Amino acid sequence: MTATLTPRKPKAAKRLRAFWRRWWHQLTAMRTALILLLALALAAIPGSTFPQRSISTVDVAGYFDEHPDLAPWLDRLWAFDVYTSPWFSAIYLLLMVSLAGCIVPRLAVHWRALRAPVPDAPKRMSILPHHRVLDGGANQGRARAVLKQRRWRTAVREHEDGTVVIAAEKGYLRETGNLLFHTSVIFILVGVAVGSLMSWYGNRILSEGKSYCNNLQQYDEYGLGAWVDETALPRFCVDLHAFDAEFTDGGPTAYDADVTYEAEGETGEYDLQVNHPLNIDGTNVFLIGHGYTAVVTYTDRYGQTQTLHQEFLSMDAALNSEGAFKFPDANVDPATGTVDQDAEVGFDAILVPTFDDSTPMLLGTEPELNNPVLALTAYTGDLGLGDGKPESVYAVNEEQIASGALQQVNDEVEVIGVGDSMTLPDGTSLSFDGVEQYAVLQVRHDPGGPVVLAGAVLLLLGLLPGLAVRRRRYWIRWNPDGTVETAGLNRNDFDGLDEECDELTAAIAPDSPPPGTHTDKSGSDQ
Amino acid sequence: MTGAEAANALFVATILVYAAAMFSYAVEYAFDKRAPKRAKALVTAGRDAGHDSEAGADLGADAPTEAPISPAAARGAGRLGLILTYLGTAALGASIVTRVIYTGRWPWGNMFEYTVGVALAGMATWLFLVSRGSVPRRLGLFATFAVTMVLGTSVRVYTEAGPLVPALDSYWIIIHVTAAIAASGILMIGCVFAILHLLKRGHDRRVSDDRPVRFPLSIAERLPDANVLERLTFKIHVFAFPLLTFGIIAGSVWAHLAWGRYWNWDPKEVWAFIAWVVYAAYLHARVSGRSAKANAPWIAILGYAVMLFNLTAVNLVFPGLHSYAGV
Ligand code: HEM
Repeated sequence: MTATLTPRKPKAAKRLRAFWRRWWHQLTAMRTALILLLALALAAIPGSTFPQRSISTVDVAGYFDEHPDLAPWLDRLWAFDVYTSPWFSAIYLLLMVSLAGCIVPRLAVHWRALRAPVPDAPKRMSILPHHRVLDGGANQGRARAVLKQRRWRTAVREHEDGTVVIAAEKGYLRETGNLLFHTSVIFILVGVAVGSLMSWYGNRILSEGKSYCNNLQQYDEYGLGAWVDETALPRFCVDLHAFDAEFTDGGPTAYDADVTYEAEGETGEYDLQVNHPLNIDGTNVFLIGHGYTAVVTYTDRYGQTQTLHQEFLSMDAALNSEGAFKFPDANVDPATGTVDQDAEVGFDAILVPTFDDSTPMLLGTEPELNNPVLALTAYTGDLGLGDGKPESVYAVNEEQIASGALQQVNDEVEVIGVGDSMTLPDGTSLSFDGVEQYAVLQVRHDPGGPVVLAGAVLLLLGLLPGLAVRRRRYWIRWNPDGTVETAGLNRNDFDGLDEECDELTAAIAPDSPPPGTHTDKSGSDQ
Repeated sequence: MTGAEAANALFVATILVYAAAMFSYAVEYAFDKRAPKRAKALVTAGRDAGHDSEAGADLGADAPTEAPISPAAARGAGRLGLILTYLGTAALGASIVTRVIYTGRWPWGNMFEYTVGVALAGMATWLFLVSRGSVPRRLGLFATFAVTMVLGTSVRVYTEAGPLVPALDSYWIIIHVTAAIAASGILMIGCVFAILHLLKRGHDRRVSDDRPVRFPLSIAERLPDANVLERLTFKIHVFAFPLLTFGIIAGSVWAHLAWGRYWNWDPKEVWAFIAWVVYAAYLHARVSGRSAKANAPWIAILGYAVMLFNLTAVNLVFPGLHSYAGV
């Protein structure tokens, strides 16, 4: 048994090796790169047609609400995480393997070509596409000087029969650029990978006059790469003094956030604007949005007042915004400490920056604060804040309303302007004191960013010579019989080779009459 | 007349002048019977020095007698077409400059302005090619056709010239959008050549198979040699590709500053990525063997289809960070 198996084993191994070699060959072929590129283009499309979790989890949730049957299936196909999906990754990883398999051998070939002398002319130069026989002689020293001056790489060969050949080549930079270009594609991908593992970000809504410090509890939303240690985030605090939005013809034209920051005992001031992030030791603070904060005061049954600065979420470009005011510890008798029945009070509200009372429309059409109003619906009862469930600060809990734990007070929304107040049947009131602004800050640290940028710059630097430079060869040969021949060879598409060779020949042998005499067969009819 | 009205008047004038140029070129293209012969002569041998003289009595002789317009008159129409093309392009440039003066800002703030910029870049490329002698004048028929279509479409997304929203108020708009516009304009001309090449190739194939040549292949009869068109297609793409690459890189630098992240997979970015990858595929297809090379022009056209889709549908249909640019 064993005797029959042993001779087959190397065969199988060989076949396996041949199999792999064939596949490797296939994978690194240009045509495969072509197909993978087109596949990558195709695979990127769903990322623009379906909402992506990496961009907006809210939109993805919205899609689930709208298509409750379809969405879970799409989710199983990673339609909401296209760019991290196994199938998208498979395509680009295959492309990268193919790319590496393509670059490495080419690097070796190019390295050798750069160091090897330019090859000799073929025996029969007349088979080359560009061939001339000079009528007069040509000086070798001059030929070398001319070629050197035009930065051709040359090799001089003297054969035993007396033949002298100067071989020249130019345009190596094309392959150098090409290899640099392809290598930087991999470089960029490494940068992206570093970024996804080591970057973190946090979003924070900050009203005028408020400050916050960089730790995850203080962010409204955040994301961490797999290798980020959340306890090791840099320490700094940011204080928003004032926020200023400028408007022209009803549209915003400039936002200015006047901030001070403190990091590692150092303090600084910065005028934070869109397109002008604040850099604190490699972590950037961006101004990515803004909105309005309503200031209201609630006066309860015992005359106690509470003032709230509540951020509102904008619903449209005109900054019509929604929000809620919640007073869970109102209506406590200060003398006895007992809590009234139906004591908790909440208001759902819409803030309209420019209310136009000449139309029946509540929502305004301009984002500027020209006539701000609040449209209020009041509720009393149990706000449901103590149950530990996370809930929106921008709306009164709908479940509490549905279950009857909260009672709606007014049937019709009450619209009040700044300085006015809304009085509830129990005699308590909410007054609208004013509007402040808030800024939405994004703090982001991405160590992969500089790598990607460097890769992109290298890519461009490689692309230019990789496309523009043309590689070509030129030979000039002194034959023992006294004739002088020249020839050129294109190694890439290059229209101007004939002109260039003629011009070279003319510079090398200025005494020869201008060439133009083809010595190949077709020229014999002249 | 306000600045905006002047800009609009110049814009309308541009479309009319280009349309007139297109008509002039069409006359030359149809009735200058010298054209195909001359193109063939250039390819087969380089020894026809005398043919370049405009007189060419021997050539006029083979014009069919029933032609309502003589070849000389047709060439006159072609010259007029070229002059009109220069005039139209100047008017388009003036319209943009007027808008700049009126708004006091860089002129790429919304989709309309972007499209107009693409048209200008495309025609500048075209005139450059003609003035260098790289393309015959009469092919201006196709370039003016393409640009008139683009300008005609842009009217549908016309936006009143106004100030910029803060995110667009950055010098990166100059760098990023100018690169993107220039690349789109040049690629438009590249796409025209890819189409002309395919027409000519199809035409030649039918002729050599002795099959009847029907529209649209019949218009290819007077086009230059298919290989010449293919090389031109390639050269234009080679010129535009680094520009497109640079535009995308500049865009991501800007995205970093304005949105805090250099790449968001925003729909605009997704489609720019797709276009870039498709053009990279085109450049590969040309050097990946005969059958891939034969398909390369289709890939180039696909690339431009993606560019157009990105410019139109993505702005109008997909919500994204880029959509505030105003339709
Ligand atoms: C992410 C993947 C790739 C991209 C974006 C890409 C892009 C490009 C571009 C734009 C060019 C033309 C510019 C130049 O000549 O430098 C090019 C040329 C070239 N690519 Fe790629 N490529 C990729 C993958 C590959 C792979 C996997 C191979 C090997 C199979 C390959 C082989 C080549 C070769 C040989 C050329 C030279 C063509 C010539 O000199 O005319 N590329 N590539």
